[in-house]
Amino acid sequence: MSITSDSEPKARHSVGQSMKRKEDPRLIQGRGRFLDDIVLPNMLHLAIVHSPYAHARIVKIDKSAALAVPGVKAVLTGEDLTAAGLAWIPTFHGYDKQMVLAVGKVLYQYQEVAGVVATSREIANDAAELVVVEYEQLDPIVDPFVARRDGNILRDDRENKTNHIYHWEVGKRAEADAALASSEVKVKQRIYFQRCHPAPLEPCGAIADMNGASGRLTLYLTSQAPHAHRTVVSLVTGIPEDKIHVISPDIGGGFGNKVPVYAGYVVSAVGSVVLGVPVKWVETRTENLTTTGFARDYHMDVEIGASKAGKLTALKVTTVADHGAFDAAADPTKYPAGMFGVVTGSYDFPVAFTELDAYFTNKAPGGIAYRCSFRVTEASYAIERGMDLLAGELKMDPAELRSLNFLKKEQFPYQSPLGFEYDSGDYETTLRKALDRIGYTDLRREQAERRQRGELMGIGLSTFTEVVGAGPGRLFDIMGIKMFDSAEIRIHPTGSGIVRTGTRHQGQGHETTWAQIVAEELGLDPQNLRVEEGDTDTAPYGLGTYASRSTPVAGAALVKAAQRIRERARKVAAHLLEAAEDDIDWIDYKFQVKGVPGKTIGMKEIAFAAYTNPGPGNEPGLEATYYYDPPNMTFPHGAYVAVVDVDRATGATKVRRFVAIDDCGTVINPMIVEGQIHGGLTEGFAIAFMQEITFDENGNHLNPNFTDYLLPTSLETPAWETGNTVTPSPHHPIGAKGVGESPNVGSPAAFVNAVMDALAPLGIKHIDMPLTREKVWRAIRDSGA
Amino acid sequence: MKPAPFDYYCPRSLDEALALLAQYGDEAKVLAGGQSLVPAMNMRLARPGVIVDVNRLPEAAVIERCDGSLRVGMLARQADLERMPVALDAVPLLAQALPHVGHWQTRNRGTVCGSLAHADPSAELPLAIVVLDGAIEARSSARGTRWIAAGQFFESYFQTALQNDEIVVGASFPARREGWGYAFEEFAGRHGDFAIVAVACAVALEPNGVASEVRLGLGGVADKPHLAPLTAYCGRVLSQRDLPEIANAAVADIEPPSDLRGSARYRRALATNLAQRALTRALASARTACDGLAQ
Repeated sequence: MSITSDSEPKARHSVGQSMKRKEDPRLIQGRGRFLDDIVLPNMLHLAIVHSPYAHARIVKIDKSAALAVPGVKAVLTGEDLTAAGLAWIPTFHGYDKQMVLAVGKVLYQYQEVAGVVATSREIANDAAELVVVEYEQLDPIVDPFVARRDGNILRDDRENKTNHIYHWEVGKRAEADAALASSEVKVKQRIYFQRCHPAPLEPCGAIADMNGASGRLTLYLTSQAPHAHRTVVSLVTGIPEDKIHVISPDIGGGFGNKVPVYAGYVVSAVGSVVLGVPVKWVETRTENLTTTGFARDYHMDVEIGASKAGKLTALKVTTVADHGAFDAAADPTKYPAGMFGVVTGSYDFPVAFTELDAYFTNKAPGGIAYRCSFRVTEASYAIERGMDLLAGELKMDPAELRSLNFLKKEQFPYQSPLGFEYDSGDYETTLRKALDRIGYTDLRREQAERRQRGELMGIGLSTFTEVVGAGPGRLFDIMGIKMFDSAEIRIHPTGSGIVRTGTRHQGQGHETTWAQIVAEELGLDPQNLRVEEGDTDTAPYGLGTYASRSTPVAGAALVKAAQRIRERARKVAAHLLEAAEDDIDWIDYKFQVKGVPGKTIGMKEIAFAAYTNPGPGNEPGLEATYYYDPPNMTFPHGAYVAVVDVDRATGATKVRRFVAIDDCGTVINPMIVEGQIHGGLTEGFAIAFMQEITFDENGNHLNPNFTDYLLPTSLETPAWETGNTVTPSPHHPIGAKGVGESPNVGSPAAFVNAVMDALAPLGIKHIDMPLTREKVWRAIRDSGA
Repeated sequence: MKPAPFDYYCPRSLDEALALLAQYGDEAKVLAGGQSLVPAMNMRLARPGVIVDVNRLPEAAVIERCDGSLRVGMLARQADLERMPVALDAVPLLAQALPHVGHWQTRNRGTVCGSLAHADPSAELPLAIVVLDGAIEARSSARGTRWIAAGQFFESYFQTALQNDEIVVGASFPARREGWGYAFEEFAGRHGDFAIVAVACAVALEPNGVASEVRLGLGGVADKPHLAPLTAYCGRVLSQRDLPEIANAAVADIEPPSDLRGSARYRRALATNLAQRALTRALASARTACDGLAQ
């Protein structure tokens, strides 16, 4: 069943209300508790020594000067960690391992080489400068196409002497090739989605507190996945999992950057074990930008075939992926290239094939899902750019081409040629709404007039489909652990309660939306439902928050747990209303005796009775837990339209308008959804126009700070115009699909398509992101215009 | 705190500050607004052994108009100037340049004289004072006060004519004169970033429309503010049609740097474009000024 409606959903108790965020008073007033706010008695501080070279052999490390600094308690190197069996740790999906502190050689600039533990952060930083490391420089490889030649093997620790990490493919190669060969119209374009960085405002950090008496290791981590991290720590160190307590305090933005395990986490833990006191490590901005998980870095050859009338015939995408020095991409085990298979997008391709080869280079490892469900952003960008290139080739309006090839709403559930079952969607309605809102026809008319005058104005579309909510246990796991999630609800005697899940929000608003979901199911006041996440001692096991999985998975678990509460409450209600349980209905957020509208009782009264007078044979108390294994992924979609003006003289682009119509199924809190869209669009704007991690030919990182790696301010950011359609997920208990990532996934193509549309009269077909003003200026100049 | 260790002094009088500079020489750095120095120290790009914090010096924040110029004291914040309509009216080029200097938050702290002494080749205030032909007042305990013409003050990247024992105690910006028009144009990565290219322009017209002076300076294209040699265009009546040629002449001998923010070729193209825009606006504003004069 798929219903799309423009109208507001009918008034409900809690879900669908723009309730103000419960976490905001605390966070806005500086009363949050972030990792660096935590100070423990006798706590020491860790500073990391980094490699100045991208590729070099370590000849010697001299700790003596650093150790001589008063206040320095330890200097740890890769050799020390080797003794502890911790010089290398496995990467998340288990295909590779990564160095904690360099052993033998360094493989990227800023790689962690040693750790200095001291009584203050200042002393640790000063002493870190005194660790003398002698290097013998080696030739670096910064280009995956050079790495592919295997002339210089970077990872001599690996059995296979090659820079090739893996080959992955899905779809029908021969059929796709044949269909492309016989297509009337074809486009082919190399499209690079540049290396960029999530750059959360709070960098990563850890406090490790090994209590020698209890034998318990408490780890405060900036972690998007505290339970997964507990299990990893246990598996890697052999410390029994009950002796590990991970606490993920308030997090100042994650965007995928806080999913992996970082050297600082491990070294602070080793420091605490060795020294017997807590050790804190907090990254600098430069450390965050240079060593922690980057995103994207896909070189994609996109080929699309179509008939002269514009009907799609085939898609083939061939990708070379730059993974850096270790294969630390945080993807589910069976999906080394993540959900890249969603590259057929919103379109009805009769046949498709995609393959990908990943290579090592002398760059920081990562390939994390930056506000995206594992490579969905790369896929979405590839297909949405490809569709515009095809529209250009066909001389067809890009909106018309999309409409012609959209999956129709009757086609859902839809089996995609690359292996996904799309749950629901109504792409045409969403696109129409976006076009109407922006006034597409008038804009095209204005564009034609401006082109007559030689002015460069462009309109860009992106009608993307995401795949989020990892995921069904039969397909999705990380280190073998199925990607379910969980919820636990405890209702207190006075009708308030505490709600815990296995997720960990970093700005998504779970403290509010989780309360709304539970309140909706139980008819309680969401203001009195406290949400707690991030403490592995108290929260039920879950895989954490990333890949837009919290609402699809933990959100569903919450509904199911609340329904369990309701079933227990029904027994109490039967007792209190003196009726048989089967005669008790749940109507209008209250229990009612069937057919007797006057005989009702609310959940608040039931809660008190559950502790004071549950009734004979009824279990006292009112708690429930649910572990939810989703039957499928969810498939949010959207239609974005950007309007840009380009200045010929400088290449400066101005985003005049941007309309984003999103469809994330049932909306739990419209205000929070809108906030998510604003944030993600701003990130997408930054990626499209200003962000790229840049290296020189020696592997030197050229923009390791916010002076050179640019974040847009409010003065650069366009004004966003948002709206939505509602196509509920048929398999999610309340029809919600997840939304946090849609704007980052969908918007880059809209921006780039708009600029390319503006430049089309000059014969310019494609420019890789970021569309800096100089790149645009250069393209205009080279076009001879 | 992330800087390398340093000794900190907080003198309560100018004499005390100058004595410290005389004692520590090139080891010492003067801390005024700290908006450039402190980030550089935090990233350990700058490692001064001694910091002389002049923020507690009395009476050093004065901004006053005297003898046809605006005198800005060593601790006057950029925001102090920005919030003083009399001062902005006196020096219209500063009124146009100041909004480009960092962000309003940094302007609350950053000082005018500090920006001059720091001498970033893409900074706005050094460019403005060079185009206006202003002067910088330096003082040392050994040699007392001397005035340095802005054209001689800036020497290279972060290098000025200041001696190690000298401190900038003030700057003098010539005030608006009859028949003059001013324009400031900038192209930056984001609003508030250092300019990729900035152009400051001042044009003087005689009542008969003849341009008596055409001054145009470029920031971000050399190791210091670059004053274009445009005397050839003085003594003529200038029309809009002349401006592309003047703009081309203004950038003829620049050799801009190439970096992540922009290649030399791009900077040259931007410089030409901004120069033309600045000339257009300055000329228009000079004409308005002349018309006002005629009435």
